[in-house]
Amino acid sequence: MCGGGFRKKQIRIIDTTLRDGMHAVKHKFTTEQMVKIAGVLEDANVETIEVSHGDGLGGSSINYGFAAASDKEYLEGVASVLSKSKLAVLLLPGIGTVEDLKIAVDAGAKVARIATHVTEADISEEHITYCKEVGLETIGVLMMTHTVGPGKIVEQANLMESYGADMVYLMDSAGAMIPKNVEDRITTLKNELSIPVGFHAHNNLGLAIGNSLKAVEAGAASLDGTLRGLGAGAGNAQEEVLVAVLDKAGYKTGVDLYNIMDAAELLDSMALQLPKIDNTSLLLGYAGVYSSFLLHTYRAAEKFNLDPRDIIIELGRREAVGGQEDWIIEVAAEMAAKRSGGM
Amino acid sequence: MEKVGVAIVGPGNIGTDLMYKILKRSKYMDIRRVIGIFPPSKSEGLRLAHQKGIDVAWNGIDGVVEIADEIDIVFEATTAKAHLQNAPIYKKLGLVTIDLTPAAVGPYVVPAVNIGEHLDKDNVNMVTCGGQATVPIVYAVNRVSRVEYAEIISSIASKSAGPGTRKNIDEFTQTTAKALEKVGGAKRGKAIIILNPAEPPIIMQNTIHCIVEDISEKEEILQSVYDMVKTIQQYVPGYALKVSPVVFEDEFRVTAIIRVIGEGDYLPTYAGNLDIMTAAAAATGEKFAEKILNEREVLDNRVLAKSR
Repeated sequence: MCGGGFRKKQIRIIDTTLRDGMHAVKHKFTTEQMVKIAGVLEDANVETIEVSHGDGLGGSSINYGFAAASDKEYLEGVASVLSKSKLAVLLLPGIGTVEDLKIAVDAGAKVARIATHVTEADISEEHITYCKEVGLETIGVLMMTHTVGPGKIVEQANLMESYGADMVYLMDSAGAMIPKNVEDRITTLKNELSIPVGFHAHNNLGLAIGNSLKAVEAGAASLDGTLRGLGAGAGNAQEEVLVAVLDKAGYKTGVDLYNIMDAAELLDSMALQLPKIDNTSLLLGYAGVYSSFLLHTYRAAEKFNLDPRDIIIELGRREAVGGQEDWIIEVAAEMAAKRSGGM
Repeated sequence: MEKVGVAIVGPGNIGTDLMYKILKRSKYMDIRRVIGIFPPSKSEGLRLAHQKGIDVAWNGIDGVVEIADEIDIVFEATTAKAHLQNAPIYKKLGLVTIDLTPAAVGPYVVPAVNIGEHLDKDNVNMVTCGGQATVPIVYAVNRVSRVEYAEIISSIASKSAGPGTRKNIDEFTQTTAKALEKVGGAKRGKAIIILNPAEPPIIMQNTIHCIVEDISEKEEILQSVYDMVKTIQQYVPGYALKVSPVVFEDEFRVTAIIRVIGEGDYLPTYAGNLDIMTAAAAATGEKFAEKILNEREVLDNRVLAKSR
């Protein structure tokens, strides 16, 4: 587009519409929808496309919601239409296993992101080791990175690097960070780590794009985006906006702006419920609660006739971590029992 | 009263907590030796055992062989790798092995469910902490209405997950899922484990979802769950329902949430995951010991009768 004479820094974009976006559609994308979306993402020259249940491979469950198809069906479907874009998967140790990774490799995955809570990197060793052994590009991911300071993050990222990770990603899973928090963490990590660093934003405080921009300014080499921001909580960094913003800020993504806008329009045509910053998702960011709790919280609030905001605040007080969706029912049941004077 | 001699191999957190439980409560077992591989100067477990007046050794498997005549039961609290090596030796020595490692040489035993079926075996495995906490609930639901699918989520304090668990976390999910099917009776099982680093540490908690064939029997299902909780409390006093089980009739689902407060014998009370393992192992040992003593009595009576 605007062709500057200087050499622009290249920023890699990982599209996660078909993974984090799964939260927003309650994991009900059909394989056909995924295949269509992946096709237009490749047309837009998106380098990496992540496909998994919202909670990663093996995430299809009562706790997180059953997906419309199996990991294998989604991955094989998407792999069949990709020629240049790399197919990526997400796996959370404790939820998915090496067996699930094997299925993904057989289906054509080229990149694996192995994600743990920010203080628990050492549960990723067997999975990172396996991915490296079978030749996948392997990205270690630390989630809920707003909960600890840069020092702890460096320690945990170093573990992932020592297991063989090619890159470490920081996820602001609760969309709880302000730009200064992002800057502190990425800058420190960039100085201490010899592998590249990436950043994944949530928009609960309206800062997904701003935080992503701050991350690249602080040295991040890779960013996550989703079409129309489709993702957990108030969604992720809106990819077509991200591409435009990075271009204006003097970075190169390789993604074609018009084509990525077309891809977003394809998503519009699917008549999905797009995430927005409503009061509850705002509170997720404010209280620092895992973004994918949002829709589960609405369901629990309805079943037990409670204000969803009370549930979110209590989950924040209890320091629930990613994957603890089961605590939502418990908190709601306890609140309901207290209200009726029982228990 | 006469007791059965036992040995504990592996004086780490689990082995040491088990030692305290047996010392405090066992009617039929007498710990003859605690065996490690490091001297007491490097092993808190061996130091504590010695302080309690128990014989200690740090020569590994040889320490068991030396006292094989004095014992009938060995508790393996080492690693899966060590147990795979040790199991055939214990067998040759004629010992009953209660295996607390993930090796699973013998069948899974969950005392509240199937201990009676396996008292004739010479090696039984204690599954996982999550298995001990959740399999009985699935079994309780399944004995009323067929469980089509059981899913459990174990949340444990980060501080209570040792390096072994962390290095091989798939072992937890896979073994627990298998036990939900094999012992709990579910047609299909799935297990999830979450480590939570909150301070103060969270108490071990498990959510158990069961999708059943017939939800119309929900009162009977709930009663069966309440009964099972009481059974477990007999050997794990800190086991309790956190909230009343929730029934989702449209989904044919029953969801129970339980927590395990450890007894704090050696490990902190939040580590209910470790407590339920040692409590289940102690309860299993007790059953074997009782059986061994009964058989001995029968034998003694016969000898007595013959000599008359």
